[in-house]
Amino acid sequence: MASIQLQSLAHRYPSAPDYALNSMQQSWSDGGAYALLGPSGCGKTTLLNIISGLLRPSEGRVLFDDIDVTDLTTQQRNIAQVFQFPVVYDTMTVADNLAFPLRNRGIAKNEIEKRVADALQMLDLQERANDRAHSLTADDKQKISLGRGLVRTDVQAILFDEPLTVIDPHLKWQLRTELKKIHQRFQHTMIYVTHDQTEALTFADQVIVMYEGAVVQIGTPQQLFETPEHTFVGKFIGSPGMNVLPCEIDGSEAVFAGKRFSLNTAIDNPAARFELGIRPENIKLSPSEGMPLTVTALEDVGRHVIVRGEIAGAQLSALVKDGVAIPENPRVSFDSAHINLYADDYRVASGRGDQAI
Amino acid sequence: MSIQKVQNNKAWFMVMPVLILVAISAIIPLMTVVNYSVQDTFGNNEFFWVGTEWFQEILTSERFHNALLRTLLFSGLILAIEIPLGILIALAMPKRGWGVSVCLVLMALPLLIPWNVVGTIWQLFGRVDIGLLGHGLASLGIDYNYTQNNLDAWLTLILMDVWHWTSLVVLLCYSGLVSIPEVYYQAARIDGASRWAVFRFIQLPKIKRVLLIAVLLRFMDSFMIYTEPFVITGGGPGNITTFLSIDLVQMAVGQFDLGPAAAMSLIYFLIILLVCWIFYTVMTSYDNDEQSNGGGPQ
Repeated sequence: MASIQLQSLAHRYPSAPDYALNSMQQSWSDGGAYALLGPSGCGKTTLLNIISGLLRPSEGRVLFDDIDVTDLTTQQRNIAQVFQFPVVYDTMTVADNLAFPLRNRGIAKNEIEKRVADALQMLDLQERANDRAHSLTADDKQKISLGRGLVRTDVQAILFDEPLTVIDPHLKWQLRTELKKIHQRFQHTMIYVTHDQTEALTFADQVIVMYEGAVVQIGTPQQLFETPEHTFVGKFIGSPGMNVLPCEIDGSEAVFAGKRFSLNTAIDNPAARFELGIRPENIKLSPSEGMPLTVTALEDVGRHVIVRGEIAGAQLSALVKDGVAIPENPRVSFDSAHINLYADDYRVASGRGDQAI
Repeated sequence: MSIQKVQNNKAWFMVMPVLILVAISAIIPLMTVVNYSVQDTFGNNEFFWVGTEWFQEILTSERFHNALLRTLLFSGLILAIEIPLGILIALAMPKRGWGVSVCLVLMALPLLIPWNVVGTIWQLFGRVDIGLLGHGLASLGIDYNYTQNNLDAWLTLILMDVWHWTSLVVLLCYSGLVSIPEVYYQAARIDGASRWAVFRFIQLPKIKRVLLIAVLLRFMDSFMIYTEPFVITGGGPGNITTFLSIDLVQMAVGQFDLGPAAAMSLIYFLIILLVCWIFYTVMTSYDNDEQSNGGGPQ
């Protein structure tokens, strides 16, 4: 188990014109459960492979517990990694598959047997222990892949690269719970790559959101929801995502559709592109108060109804509890305490909560 | 309640062309051979039924036994050399970059040369008076002569076959190797697997199927080898490189013993079928294990 530090880390694949990972400075603590969240192609897997040593970064250093491991091989780093699609050794039995990483490291025979038995029980594969791995279902194969990552107890960190993609939904919950339990029991440093926000938010203490090769925010699920540091985080987290509305700045006030919103700080870079961020949860509909909304669609999602519409040329979504009547010609008002102001996509101010609009 | 299926025999007309082609190209010639193998003739299109006499004669003849042993030894040596060598070369070939096409073209070259030309190339190559190999060895003081020395004759034929056909094994194995997803190698690095373990548990199982094809093709081809030894050694010195095929042609065309030759052809054919079946059964036995274990759905 180790803390992980990334110093000025960046990566560009040979022959690619752009950086897959932009220069980043990160420090992740020993024993933490982190989720790397982001859309496909944002560099999550690249970052994971750099940490495990499968890929050498083109710039920067990787440190485990303040020791530089950039030039060490995967074996020397002593890392466990689980991949997106099942990797099993076809000709071996299930038990041999699980024992393989231990045998390669010359661990005593009775210790191997004990750990394999533990892993089989944890993954509910006892009955298939002596079957050839080749004959298993995709679910069970992925369980073996997970198991090979978890049998080694002395690893510096365990990295998961979207490990539950191929797993059945009901089994997903069960395995995610197992992973959480394992984390609580062994306190491994765990990094979990996913593009599924639910998975990230339930697994991790700290969620690292990546976008276009850069880390845009690290925080608890609540921080990501309430104060997204980047418009992408706001849009990506939450369902539907945060509304991002172009606005003007006037001193310490943001102006949108003729309404003025007081900010908690004055803005000093008037050349930037400004946008207001407001969650659909923080928008109130009423027949009389606020700005007029042209409704374009209603979506019933169970406990809520998503009201989609247009306001001053911008798209807007609002959430209304199921059963609450939606006015004929609704007007909307924003909860100003939950407004964020973005300059060129990065958060620069919040709304002041003392005013009602 | 049962629904009567509509029977329509017109479909048979659709397969007619294929049936006719196969009949002309394979079944009728084969039946002719069967016909010869159970009869004797003294010309004038007169035939006498002899039953299994020719088969008994062939099966008990020392000449046939020796030719069979020579052919089996040749095929065994060819497989023992070409299969491991082919795998090794395929493993060593680059997987990306400009080297790939260079290697593939180099590997394909020997396969493009006609058999009799290969024979002629090596026949000249090995000649002591003018051949690069033969003369080179002679000038090094090594006594090499494939027309007189039994061992030299065998060495030349085996070297020639390895040169000619290892490429086929290489190309088949290479196609199997490049289809292995990168993630398997990554997982092996995570699991701390040695180079040997990567080969034993990832590469070998993944190329098993193409390897089976390579083994079958190389066995059949080497077991039926005719043109090259005919050109290079003509079956000699003595009878030392007279393989079954050469022996068969001598019997059928040289001595005009059509009956025994037909019986020998059929035995020859059955041996090839039998050995291929054995290879196939042994190499796929592991897959069958799984099915009988009631493996999970895929």
